[in-house]
Amino acid sequence: MLLAPIIWVLTVGIVYFFAAKTWWFPPPINQHGLDYDAQFMRTLIVVGVVFTLAQFALGWVIMKFRNDGGKASHSHGNNALETLWTSATAILFLGLVVMGTKIWAGVHFDEAPPDAIPIEVMAKQFTWSFRYPGPDGKFGHTDLHLVNDANGDPFGLDPKDPAGKDDILSGSLKVPLGKPIKLIMHSRDVIHNFFVPELRMKQDIVPGMEIPIHFQADKIGIYEVPCSELCGLGHFQMRTTMQVMSEADFEQWKLQQAANK
Amino acid sequence: MSSPAHAAHHAPQSFVRKYLFSLDHKVIGIQYYLLGLFSVLIGVSLSLLMRFHMVNPNVSVAWLGKLWPTAAAGGVMTPELYLSLMTMHGTIMVFFVLTTVPQSGFGNYILPIQIGAEDMAFPVLNMMSFWTTFLALVVMVAAFFVQGGAPLSGWTAYPPLSGAGPLTGPGEGLGQTLWIVSIAIFCGASLMGAINFIATIVDLRCKGMSLMRMPLTCWTWLVTAILGLLGFAVLLAAGVLLILDRLAGTSFFLPGGMMINDHIIANHKGGSPLLWQHLFWFFGHPEVYIAILPGMGVASQLLSTFSRKPIFGYKAMVYAILSIGFLGFLVWGHHMFMSGMNPYSAMAFATLTMCIGVPSAIKTFNWIGTLWGGKIHFTTAMLFALGFVSLFVTGGVSGIFLGQPALDLYFHDTYFVVGHFHMIMGVAAIFGMFAGTFYWFPKMFGRMMNETLGKIHFYLTFIGVYCIFTPMHMVGIAGNPRRYADFTNVEYLAKLIPVHQFMTYAAYFTAAAQLIFLFNLVWSWTKGPKASANPWNCTTLEWTVPSPPPHDNFGGVHPVVYRGAYEYSVPGAPRDFIMQTEPLPVPSGD
Repeated sequence: MLLAPIIWVLTVGIVYFFAAKTWWFPPPINQHGLDYDAQFMRTLIVVGVVFTLAQFALGWVIMKFRNDGGKASHSHGNNALETLWTSATAILFLGLVVMGTKIWAGVHFDEAPPDAIPIEVMAKQFTWSFRYPGPDGKFGHTDLHLVNDANGDPFGLDPKDPAGKDDILSGSLKVPLGKPIKLIMHSRDVIHNFFVPELRMKQDIVPGMEIPIHFQADKIGIYEVPCSELCGLGHFQMRTTMQVMSEADFEQWKLQQAANK
Repeated sequence: MSSPAHAAHHAPQSFVRKYLFSLDHKVIGIQYYLLGLFSVLIGVSLSLLMRFHMVNPNVSVAWLGKLWPTAAAGGVMTPELYLSLMTMHGTIMVFFVLTTVPQSGFGNYILPIQIGAEDMAFPVLNMMSFWTTFLALVVMVAAFFVQGGAPLSGWTAYPPLSGAGPLTGPGEGLGQTLWIVSIAIFCGASLMGAINFIATIVDLRCKGMSLMRMPLTCWTWLVTAILGLLGFAVLLAAGVLLILDRLAGTSFFLPGGMMINDHIIANHKGGSPLLWQHLFWFFGHPEVYIAILPGMGVASQLLSTFSRKPIFGYKAMVYAILSIGFLGFLVWGHHMFMSGMNPYSAMAFATLTMCIGVPSAIKTFNWIGTLWGGKIHFTTAMLFALGFVSLFVTGGVSGIFLGQPALDLYFHDTYFVVGHFHMIMGVAAIFGMFAGTFYWFPKMFGRMMNETLGKIHFYLTFIGVYCIFTPMHMVGIAGNPRRYADFTNVEYLAKLIPVHQFMTYAAYFTAAAQLIFLFNLVWSWTKGPKASANPWNCTTLEWTVPSPPPHDNFGGVHPVVYRGAYEYSVPGAPRDFIMQTEPLPVPSGD
């Protein structure tokens, strides 16, 4: 009996927090993020209605059908009702998946545009590194035996390969505003995960695999990148940033990095 | 439905054969229950330590330093200790609590009686299954006490973290090896149990107990056993391969070209970390249903009993249980949307995942349909069954977000996931166990539990778990990654720390409320008022025999069943329930 109002209060409380958005997504910084948020809100409305109705109905039957010494009604079920709610649920749930397909396709089925800027990501316990190909547009050859973390080279650049001479290494990710970016992601040891909340995107980085993702960032700023796959004792500290810069600033930054080598 | 005679054995006289190495399914059921109770105490303690550390990462606690002189030197917990506690919390809860108590505990005790059998089909196998589980628990707990401590790779143990040896971190030496060995032993035990359950249901049902007359609890135990048989076999194989990678130099899960902790790994190449994930989740997703299906059975049984109404849509419930069992094996990929597997397969897994939401929704509708028009008796057992429904809805609907690969692009490995699975496979399943405890305690121990204490415990726990796990969804939406020892290194997490503090206090509160339950359990066991054979006026066979039942359950009588399990408030009947054993001239439902 007391249970019914408790269920209602809890339900209202939960709905309040989802409506108040006190703790919520950071604002998105590209079209994918906007699409993502729209799909989230669609799902939230469907789920919110289902959740509220189910909890209120549960509370209501608890309140209404408490024992008053009388006799319970006798019914073994109702096939029409079963069919109705089975098909309604199926249509609702599958409909949501279908509506989300485009968002998933945009990230995973579509190839990165040919002019996307390639950046190699190297994740290792517990740091991030990024490599840009330099003016020649080519990544130099690398070899694990040449890795020199102390010297700031977790990739193991081969000094004999001329293509690698102009490669730029960085401990944080810098990307130009509004340009397609293609990350080519590698891990040297265990599984890590690249996650930028503002991009609404994450991807595991698996040793032995080369996993590309592509995106575009349309808002200047510095965004945090927390590792999002358990990678060992320093997992909670494995953090870098993604800085979105104007194209001019980005070119300037690259020149500076090249000069500092 | 052969004669139950081949399962018969004489009542033992010695203490050892009666209480330790017993062949009696009832004793073994209680043994499993107590093993689960011991495990849940460890599991909850670990979670409290974790919750403490998350919000007090630098506070020194003297006794922590004494308990873990290296991993908590000076009384401050290291991140590796945090991850060990997390790994062991998840592992112990999933395997030794959620898998053992609902199935091996209650199932063992109640199932043979509910289908009119004198014991399980293979009593010796049953005993071996328990003691093998016990051995697995000993090996698992031993991981805390070896060099490097318990593993830190989580209950999912993804290689290379779990496969490349001590280079990947403390606890990844002997601790991780013991973890895998324990899981392999546990798999063996669960396989023995699964075979026994299936054989018992197929072969030992009494006269008249057709499948469609079985209580829904028996259906859920049957499907759970089938899931266990198929799932644990695969996990066992995966565990053996992982051990070989660690100890024999094979490369099932370890690729070439790795450099771990400044060491080039030259002796592994060609393996696939994703292979482990596929094998693990092929077990791991059905495992979710292994944990929750028996709870669904208990909830169905209790909602019908205490609203004095037949279950709404018995057949639909059976088909829903069967389709959950079947679809449960086709959705494992939804744990791997972000893993780097073929993104096209995500669409198939997403579609199948939404399909499995349908039978779950059917069950919820039918539970409410069962209550509709009933006369609800609010016993503690019933409150927990009603709480189960509420938590099942709450934990279930968040799956609609996570089942969509598009939305998982953000939610994967955030606290949203932690909130989701704790609500459904953690708390809802545990509410199923509490419901089962209050409902069957009189049968198992011959005494009633205290209802006042039970209700106080229920309300505190119900509110408590909502306060712990709902905010997890909120911090998940704010992008809080899971498995973080603390939240001081990522700037945007700072504003979430007050929410974590709230969850920590809620966890302390809820854990403290469990002391009421423990007290009630111990007090009622020794001092509770004597229970009659059928204190709840139920219809199923366990309520036809004395509380507790004699060694052979039915005192030499072979029960005969004439009707379905949920004949409540039948028009024209003298009482508002008709036992399954009452012969037909009494008018049946329809």
